[in-house]
Amino acid sequence: MSNPRQQLADALRAAFGDRVDSVVVGFNEVTLEVAADNLVAVATELRDDSQFQFQQLLDVCGVDYSQFGRDEWITEDASRSGFSRGVTAASSSGRLQFGDELESLTPQGRRFAAVYHLISYAHNRRLRLRVFANDDDFPMVPTVTGIWASADWYEREAFDLFGILFSDHPDLRRILTDYGFVGHPFRKDFPMVGNVEMRYDPERERVVYEPVTIEARVLVPRVKRQDHRYLMDDQEEAQDDA
Amino acid sequence: MPEIKNYTLNFGPQHPAAHGVLRLVLEMDGEVIERADPHIGLLHRATEKLAETKPYNQTIGYMDRLDYVSMMCNEHGYVLAIEKLLDIEIPERARYIRVMFDEITRILNHLMWIGTHALDVGAMTMFLYAFREREDLMDMYEAVSGARMHATYYRPGGVARDLPDAMPQYLESRWRSSKEAARLNENRQGSLLDFAEDFARRFPTYIDEYETLLTDNRIWKQRTVGIGVVSEDRAYQLGFTGPMLRGSGVEWDLRKKQPYEVYDRMDFSIPVGTNGDCYDRYLVRVEEMRQSNSIIKQCIQWLRANPGIVISENHKVAPPRREELKADMEGLIHHFKLFTEGYTLPEGEVYTSIEHPKGEFGVYLVSDGANKPYRLKIRAPGFAHLSSMNEMAQGHMLADVVAIIGTQDIVFGEIDR
Repeated sequence: MSNPRQQLADALRAAFGDRVDSVVVGFNEVTLEVAADNLVAVATELRDDSQFQFQQLLDVCGVDYSQFGRDEWITEDASRSGFSRGVTAASSSGRLQFGDELESLTPQGRRFAAVYHLISYAHNRRLRLRVFANDDDFPMVPTVTGIWASADWYEREAFDLFGILFSDHPDLRRILTDYGFVGHPFRKDFPMVGNVEMRYDPERERVVYEPVTIEARVLVPRVKRQDHRYLMDDQEEAQDDA
Repeated sequence: MPEIKNYTLNFGPQHPAAHGVLRLVLEMDGEVIERADPHIGLLHRATEKLAETKPYNQTIGYMDRLDYVSMMCNEHGYVLAIEKLLDIEIPERARYIRVMFDEITRILNHLMWIGTHALDVGAMTMFLYAFREREDLMDMYEAVSGARMHATYYRPGGVARDLPDAMPQYLESRWRSSKEAARLNENRQGSLLDFAEDFARRFPTYIDEYETLLTDNRIWKQRTVGIGVVSEDRAYQLGFTGPMLRGSGVEWDLRKKQPYEVYDRMDFSIPVGTNGDCYDRYLVRVEEMRQSNSIIKQCIQWLRANPGIVISENHKVAPPRREELKADMEGLIHHFKLFTEGYTLPEGEVYTSIEHPKGEFGVYLVSDGANKPYRLKIRAPGFAHLSSMNEMAQGHMLADVVAIIGTQDIVFGEIDR
């Protein structure tokens, strides 16, 4: 095991044991998954422990996993029955309209995640930390602003765009959207075209908000292929493991 | 004597020194800043959400519009993420072209920065000088991609096309005499590489000119020395990267420490500051321009000697050539599939980062195996830098806020995304 990524993964497993849910190495990157309750303790140790020394938080990214793996075009039996037009309204986030509901594909507690990217300047390595929020309707994750000051705005952004609440955050306000914006626009069930549009009304002599009039369109459907090349890779990996 | 109370001051969003659409709410005690609260998002276009609805290649153009003064570097970060997930090899010539244009972009960005920073602080001439040189660099962009700014030049698998053998020429017009046009065309007679070499030869003298104007200038030093001091520890904490981090004395450059493309074959050094103030960051960036210039020279030398393909021959990712399209059935199919549906990426997640002129530009890409990203997160360096505004401006005078905005090298395209 000379691979430095693998070494880091082993060190993480040894140091944290069952306080972390999983340590995965993929695409030459290490991903650590932690339960929300353990986040602050694990993150503090990651920063202060001399074998890790992740001095800097580079990024916090909210992710809404609710539509992970859903495509808009059936490609499996295309050769037998021909292509269908595949996409029906509101079956995908692309054609979502105001008021449409979208069914979540993930089990409760696996929908919203905050993904942290850490860097250690002392050891010259990176780490990804993923935390799932336990409750889909009220996603809550503890803040890490006390550990890395740069988390402040990044957490505000994840709150603004995904509605992930960071408990004990000193100043959890919206950051990117407009003053008085309703909703969390990067959620998969937020329509691409938005909910309201704005115009100047000359009669009332002020700016008014109205429901959107434009229609959601999908120019290129979301397609998943059983790609030959990746299947080959999987088989090779399986052979390597055996 | 009337009693003076604290008051709030709105700085921007239409203030020329706010570098775009920054609204800064300043709590003032007389002329001294007590608290600075930047309001951002006035340029938010949801680039990341738009990317989720488009095949991978259609998002490259959006990358140019993030940090719109260092366009190709943004593309580079994005394209690298796709290449990492696809695990494809790109031709060596494309790597050198990318490095050369990354460095051209770095100079382009730093010129914009030095021009506006100096203008904000009161040195008008710098702006005119910097834009004179930017014109030549933009011409290189134009020669290679057809666009002066939003190039969409980098593609997964390489770059869109090879360097051209001829430069666009100035024409005589009602506003430009034939003599003037001939003068402008003088160094445009050869290929793009000749033009770039000519620029790289001239550019160090230009930097000397800038330094004559600023480095020992009394007013410039009064406005920048000791302003916005950030210690090494705080720089880590606040998420500083790039010149902001180096200004605080950290010797860190992704081009050296985690080299991508062919930076490991380039000979250059990392300038580092000592005091972490605006003046040190100025010196760091000026030296970076000199280093970039030297990298450009090295690339030109290699590119002259090594012709070859500039985009991958893997037609699942990169389109086939026009001739193949006309004559070959496979080529036609590849072309059709690529431009209607795009290509699918394997399921997985990657984070790639490059040394962008402003700091670490990262792209976090989550793919669920479809032809569009499931989630794309852009880690913009300016976002972290601007978030430190409160800490950097506290206790300074109102006029110093302008210097701090300048030194942070703020561009709203990338901060608001």
